[in-house]
Amino acid sequence: MTTSTATERDRPWIMRTYSGHSSAAASNALYRANLAKGQTGLSVAFDLPTQTGYDADHPLARGEVGKVGVPISSIADMETLFDGIPLERMNTSMTINATAPWLLALYVAAAERRGIDVSALQGTVQNDIVKEYLSRGTYIFPPEPSLRLTNDLIAYTIRAIPKWNPINICSYHLQEAGATPVQEIAFALATAVAVLDRALAEGTVSRSELPTMVGRMSFFVNAGIRFIEECCKMRAFARIWEDLCRERYGVTDPRLIRFRYGVQVNSLGLTETQAENNVQRIVLEMLGVVLSRSARARAVQLPAWNEALGLPRPWDQQWSLRIQQVMAHETDLLEYGDILDGSPVIEAKVQALVDGTEAEMARIADQGGIVGAVESGYVKRALVKSHAERMAAIESGDIRIVGINCFTEATPSPLTEGVDGGFMKVDPRAEAEQIARLNAFRASRNPSEVAGARAALRDAAKDGRSVMQASLACAHAGVTTGEWAETLRSVFGEYRAPTGVDQILVSPRSDALVRLREQIRATGDAIGRPLRVLIGKPGLDGHSNGAEQIAVRARDVGYEVIYEGIRLTPRAIAQTALEEGVHLIGLSVLSGSHLELVKEVKLELDALGLERLPIVVGGIIPDDDATVIQSQGIAAVYTPKDADLNRIMAGMLDVVRTANGLAPCAAAA
Amino acid sequence: MTPRGTPDLTTLDGATAAGRAAVASALNLLDDRRADARAAAGALLDELAAGVPADKAHIIGITGPPGVGKSSLTGALIRHWREQGRTLGILAVDPSSPIGGGALLGDRLRMIAAAEDDGVFIRSLADRRAAGGLSDEVWPMCQVLIAAFDLVLVETVGVGQRDVDVAHLADTTCLVAQPFAGDMVQVLKAGILEVPQVIAVNKTDLGQDWQGTVAEIASVCAADDEGWTARVVPTSARNVSGIADLAAAFDAHHAWLVRDGRLAARRLQASTDWVLRTLRRDFGERGIETLGGEAALRARLATTPGSVSAQSAALSAELASTTR
Repeated sequence: MTTSTATERDRPWIMRTYSGHSSAAASNALYRANLAKGQTGLSVAFDLPTQTGYDADHPLARGEVGKVGVPISSIADMETLFDGIPLERMNTSMTINATAPWLLALYVAAAERRGIDVSALQGTVQNDIVKEYLSRGTYIFPPEPSLRLTNDLIAYTIRAIPKWNPINICSYHLQEAGATPVQEIAFALATAVAVLDRALAEGTVSRSELPTMVGRMSFFVNAGIRFIEECCKMRAFARIWEDLCRERYGVTDPRLIRFRYGVQVNSLGLTETQAENNVQRIVLEMLGVVLSRSARARAVQLPAWNEALGLPRPWDQQWSLRIQQVMAHETDLLEYGDILDGSPVIEAKVQALVDGTEAEMARIADQGGIVGAVESGYVKRALVKSHAERMAAIESGDIRIVGINCFTEATPSPLTEGVDGGFMKVDPRAEAEQIARLNAFRASRNPSEVAGARAALRDAAKDGRSVMQASLACAHAGVTTGEWAETLRSVFGEYRAPTGVDQILVSPRSDALVRLREQIRATGDAIGRPLRVLIGKPGLDGHSNGAEQIAVRARDVGYEVIYEGIRLTPRAIAQTALEEGVHLIGLSVLSGSHLELVKEVKLELDALGLERLPIVVGGIIPDDDATVIQSQGIAAVYTPKDADLNRIMAGMLDVVRTANGLAPCAAAA
Repeated sequence: MTPRGTPDLTTLDGATAAGRAAVASALNLLDDRRADARAAAGALLDELAAGVPADKAHIIGITGPPGVGKSSLTGALIRHWREQGRTLGILAVDPSSPIGGGALLGDRLRMIAAAEDDGVFIRSLADRRAAGGLSDEVWPMCQVLIAAFDLVLVETVGVGQRDVDVAHLADTTCLVAQPFAGDMVQVLKAGILEVPQVIAVNKTDLGQDWQGTVAEIASVCAADDEGWTARVVPTSARNVSGIADLAAAFDAHHAWLVRDGRLAARRLQASTDWVLRTLRRDFGERGIETLGGEAALRARLATTPGSVSAQSAALSAELASTTR
């Protein structure tokens, strides 16, 4: 071991901001501005229709176009997105999974049209489908064909674009879904094992290419506020990964088995209340992943302080970029070797994480690996359980969150007092404009070329050949995102993942909980039936953690809860409400499309004669929108400010009581 | 709360908008415990008993332990039946939480059924901690679904004692097992479980020796008291194989029940079960004993004309007067 303090200065990590919104042109302007401010890479956020393979004019896309990212319907949009940006010198990360082969094909095709040597491209596609089933929710196909597409992409890039990271295995979203550090490491590495084993078993990658593939595997990690543990997590991650590469795959070249990872620090842990405190949270969370040189992140993207309020403005993103720049360029962090090597405290913590992870990985292996453990619901149940335990610890005060469950006295923030309320709104015309562009683009194509390219894609999918070449041909022929996905849907079918909320969990017993149970039972007796609530997630948003926690708590206070998972049409939600005879609907929307989706659900309910069925809505909903929603007959709106689940339950109960002619309990939890 | 002004349920097509709304409010009424609702529910049941042919539709119970792929198999069956144009009313029963009485419902079946198909109506039910695995509301709700749909499915989780109810309620009960279901064979052999009429050996795609399991299960299935021998059908929900065979086995059992008039007898038995069950709920085992015990009561009900609500009311009144 070297104990030098005079090692060569480390190079700064790649600095990015996860961004994209409204349209390719608007996002392009944002990217150029961010690069001019010293950002050293790009991180593309796509909107939900693009991520789930729908064109902007599909019914499921309504309200979602341009909301959580940029809409990319075709090669024309991709060319606009990178207009004036030198692709051959750019390092571009694309958060894209189910449609990863397609978006990469569009990127490569756009480069080809500019005459760029494709083999020189650098960047990353996320391409990790497993965590989509568990947390993020933008899967399309069943696990088997999805993993096939994953490997088609990997096999393509290690040959054609050697500096591309074809998969970025994510523990990020597992942590958001409640994973403990051990679960985070174990589930992510088990995913890596599944991808590698499968590539070998199916021969998409040859034995001799295996070291190359191992060398291109990268990871995408979350960093939370317990930054010392997070730092140890990264060291444990690296240690187990290197062992796996050596022992399971026989790859020993230290450059190839180096644990390479990028980070987005925890976004969902940011608070809406006293949002300015998020700045120091972001700084500390970042410290955890840059502190240890031997386990330092290769790329970092920071959320903006106001993400819990709404979409960050360019100035907010700039502030986060400046945090990275100060850390890398003003402090002495990069001047030293690893400052944690030799610390017995750190080593003990790392070893404990390694031991726990190995035990968890053995349990997963017993179930046939991560795919078996996902399909059986084991992993999802474990995450829902961990998350419920965390929520309970926050409620009990065992976990303290400043401004939320302690130190809540505060002076109003001048940061949110501006005319814009401290965040940006997507132009409401974005969807209509994207649909207009899409229609114009469709009209400009050669229909027989499009049909031929789609037929070739279908044949490749059916025959088990790689879809990459056919996807590239589709990109050049002008196939749209929706058409590409529809072609594969017709071959592979669609999938719905287990929700994981079926197991018996018990919320922490408290006076409030006991009182609620009694009130809910009594209300059921008065109304004549046990109280039934439908928790629905309309639209394409796959972030189901909030809905799951509401569903679990509602069950634990005595409601009969109907919860069917993500991505439901407003019509399906209304039909379920009718069939199930519920007393209340709770809708969860985190994608920013709450205004459109809530209105549609209401219209569908009215059409079924359920105009008096009360609705409550939860999500990241700005105050102004909440006012609009409530004026449309929605009984209550809950936002991240409402951290006390029992209080939400009591609110829902009073909504039911009022709708059924009973006096509210005015039950304070 | 009474479904006054709603369409006549006895002639209703549950796959129409009006039919679905009427079915939904009828199910809500049957779930309603208030006194006036109980009276209206009794009237509704009488109306259905009088107006719906005694052998209409086909009630199929699907049960089996967790993890055998029951929901996926049910999903494949639903698609098969929908392709044939048959309409479906489904009751999916899941356990209530032992503490607080809440329940999480709806995930299992809707994962695989078309959410917007008017020809499929799914009501999820909590078992509300009833012994035997089904809550009191299931039999009455079945009567509504029989009237409105071609097929009625009752899906429950578990195997053993908890499934006694569904086997009595359904015209045809299907147990779902998987290859190497050693426990299942033991349970069948030991007679712990009443032998169902159809056994699906699912997950034949796993590549294990499913033929051996099929043969082993078939070897413990002798003809029951009525002369029906359980059919054992290998299936793979994942590969959609054996689904038509399974549906055909249900149809064969149904045809056999209808041919010799057994179906009406079975339905009558189920209605008697429900009368006894509600008596037991309201007056306890002592109530049953006071009226001469279950066997005597069954014999008496079999020869007493009248609707279930009239039977219930008469027996309740009798008990009330004897205990006074």
